[in-house]
Amino acid sequence: MTKGKTLTMNGAGQAVGSDYAMALLLKFRTVLALVLVIAIFAALAPNFLTVANALIMLKHIAIVAILAIGMSFVILTGGIDLSVGSIAGLAGMVAGALIINGLPLTALGVVVYPSVPAVVGLVLLVGVGIGLFNGLLINRFQVAPFIATLGTLYMARGAAMLMSNGETFPNLIGNPALGNEGFSRIGAGLLLGIPAPVWLLAVIAAGAAFVAGSTTFGRRVYAVGGSERAALLSGVRVDRVKYAVYAISGAMAALVGVLIASDLVAAHPASGESFELNGIAAVVLGGASLTGGRGTIVGTLIGACVIGVLGDGMVMVGISEFWQMVIKGGVIVTAVVLDRLQERLG
Amino acid sequence: MAELMRASGVKKRYGGVTALHGADFAVEAGRVSVLIGENGAGKSTLMRILAGIETPSEGEVFVDGHPVRLNGARDAAARGIGMVHQELNLCPNLSVAENIFLLGSRKGLLDRPGEREKARALLARLRQNIDPDRRVATLSIGEQQIVEIAKALAEECRVLILDEPTSALSEAEVEVLFEVIGDLKRAGVGIVYISHRLEELLRVGDSITVMRDGRIVARSEAADASVGWIIETMLGEEGRLERADTPAPEEGETVLAISGVSRPRDRTSAALHDISMEARAGGIVALYGLLGSGRTELMEVAFGARAASDGTITLKGENITRLSIAQRVELGLLFVSEDRKAQGLFANLDVGRNMAVSDLASFAQKGVIRPEREQGAVGRMIARLGVKTASARTAITALSGGNQQKALIGRALMPGPAALLLDEPTRGIDVGARSEVFATIRQLAADGLAVVFSTSDVLEALAVAERVIVIAKGRITLDIPVAEASEARLIRAANAAAAA
Repeated sequence: MTKGKTLTMNGAGQAVGSDYAMALLLKFRTVLALVLVIAIFAALAPNFLTVANALIMLKHIAIVAILAIGMSFVILTGGIDLSVGSIAGLAGMVAGALIINGLPLTALGVVVYPSVPAVVGLVLLVGVGIGLFNGLLINRFQVAPFIATLGTLYMARGAAMLMSNGETFPNLIGNPALGNEGFSRIGAGLLLGIPAPVWLLAVIAAGAAFVAGSTTFGRRVYAVGGSERAALLSGVRVDRVKYAVYAISGAMAALVGVLIASDLVAAHPASGESFELNGIAAVVLGGASLTGGRGTIVGTLIGACVIGVLGDGMVMVGISEFWQMVIKGGVIVTAVVLDRLQERLG
Repeated sequence: MAELMRASGVKKRYGGVTALHGADFAVEAGRVSVLIGENGAGKSTLMRILAGIETPSEGEVFVDGHPVRLNGARDAAARGIGMVHQELNLCPNLSVAENIFLLGSRKGLLDRPGEREKARALLARLRQNIDPDRRVATLSIGEQQIVEIAKALAEECRVLILDEPTSALSEAEVEVLFEVIGDLKRAGVGIVYISHRLEELLRVGDSITVMRDGRIVARSEAADASVGWIIETMLGEEGRLERADTPAPEEGETVLAISGVSRPRDRTSAALHDISMEARAGGIVALYGLLGSGRTELMEVAFGARAASDGTITLKGENITRLSIAQRVELGLLFVSEDRKAQGLFANLDVGRNMAVSDLASFAQKGVIRPEREQGAVGRMIARLGVKTASARTAITALSGGNQQKALIGRALMPGPAALLLDEPTRGIDVGARSEVFATIRQLAADGLAVVFSTSDVLEALAVAERVIVIAKGRITLDIPVAEASEARLIRAANAAAAA
């Protein structure tokens, strides 16, 4: 109330102006951080600013960004999805199992080997399914998102390990006789010289930005994040919105799992570990509020670039793994502190 | 008459905007100094300066005749200045005693039995029988307000600033509060009292200070003041809430019918016992009841925001008892909550998006919002309700309480509803905005809507509605056309069952 009154006194016109300036500053800050990070590594690592390196980094960024875009929708509703890293791991394993062992239909006594597009479709369904399960826990049983997705984090990781007893599915090249070859093209393929995951990211980011900004669903996501109760009382089907965001997040995580397994032509059950933290960091770096209702897909994209460039850059410069963690943490904390400061000034 | 504290020529600027242009205001021992003005008149700023929350840009504050610089609420509390804010500032997860002694002892150790006893004594002084061990979340809003006052008294304050203390209280609770104020006066406490309820001010106040546009425009002894005088000085030409001369609109067929609705009480909400009522197209029903009478629960049950154990609700003849909120909204039943901040506003969205949310589907093609359709509908609604906002893109939090309320009513009107439920639509908004909100309600009814609004103000019920329903302890105790209603009759109906 106090804040509201102060704003009223400032005058409505001014509030709009400062909102606009604040939004600009907010975007500008993350871009500035990105420029800064690129400049520093360009100065320190001679090979940093080469096309080859840029393509490698873009591929890494795509992994972080696709995950973070799914996470953005969840965080915009005021939720969190800790299960994405495990979903990615499980998704890779499911893809690996489908290619190596096929899909045993015990009732018919046959084993079906799905084509690569079908494998991807089935894996995405697994991601959506786990997302819907998260949604069920959160909607129906009123479990806090943090706890619900922490539970599925363990369950999905355990399931990934169980699929092969902790072993890796190697050599996922498929078999021409079974018609399931070409899996590696998804993660390692090139189109016009640019890695396939980057193209995927471009399509997904454009789609997500459109959905968040221009559709009724996107608006409802922001409304739920602003005030769940008010959204409910305005006739928004809050439970559907939540099912949808966790399903999207699950699907994005599964896609990331496919990309990694495809790129490595192998599925490892521990793959994707702690990816959720990178995803959350990218969203927060992008200016989103963890309490929901504030943030953009473009912001997340820039946030993911910062995380990706920082990670690769530090490796290239030869900073020790331990210092990498310290520095990454420092960047995240600084970003959030700046965000808070800007909000107070605005 | 001892002067406890005084603000002398205090000015306050926020950025380039001056909220307060040099005010002089004194608090005297054993007297209630009333401060009144529309929202944005500067009274909150003046109060916050007295309470040490804001420092004046110019001018001085004196305590006991000595100039002081108050550094925050704790510093003010140490000098015996306490404030009860309009918005409750309690920790719902803690007990009553823990809240009262939140700032606690200086040694860092808690004296739980001692605190409990002191809390009990304070509450007894406030004539309340609230268990100090109860969690605040389980208290009614009225009880929470009392706890807030107890919290201020625990600091042994000599100056007590009350910002709209009655906005959430029922009339019975208001009486208790007035008795408490009487006790405090006799004990020599100086009280600053802010409220929008005018009759109340004249009753409780010793002196009346009227503010407008950041200035003190008039001052009078309460004995010499009248409601008419206050309104004139406060607004200039705008009048008091009076019954419109326009003839009551023709009432049409029954739109919303509630029959035999019951629900048990739970920790935070009242029970309902076999409630039946109806609302007709073109009619306005006032649901009058004290706080905790079940009026909010009844509206929430009708809207589907709360479950009923028994009874049926029909909208335009269709049984909607089992439908979700979203389905009821689609069928044309809309609701505006009394709790704007927690259940109404999307603080993260602008005015237009706040309003459009209830009717997104109709602005969209295949799920994609058509901005021109949305902006057109929002613009028309802003114009229709006279929402004072720089534009549809203005942050909703930048609007005054009255205009926020109009925007939320606008949201409820966007889908073109058949029936509208307004829970205490005038809570926390000023007199001018109140008459505008009621003019809007009358217009809506004239347009053929069935309107039900709840109120804890008899005059509101009598001024606006065609039919008045009184609810007390979860039962309807009176259901009459307004022509047969009188202030006394309504108050009796609201209290009769409450005493039983």
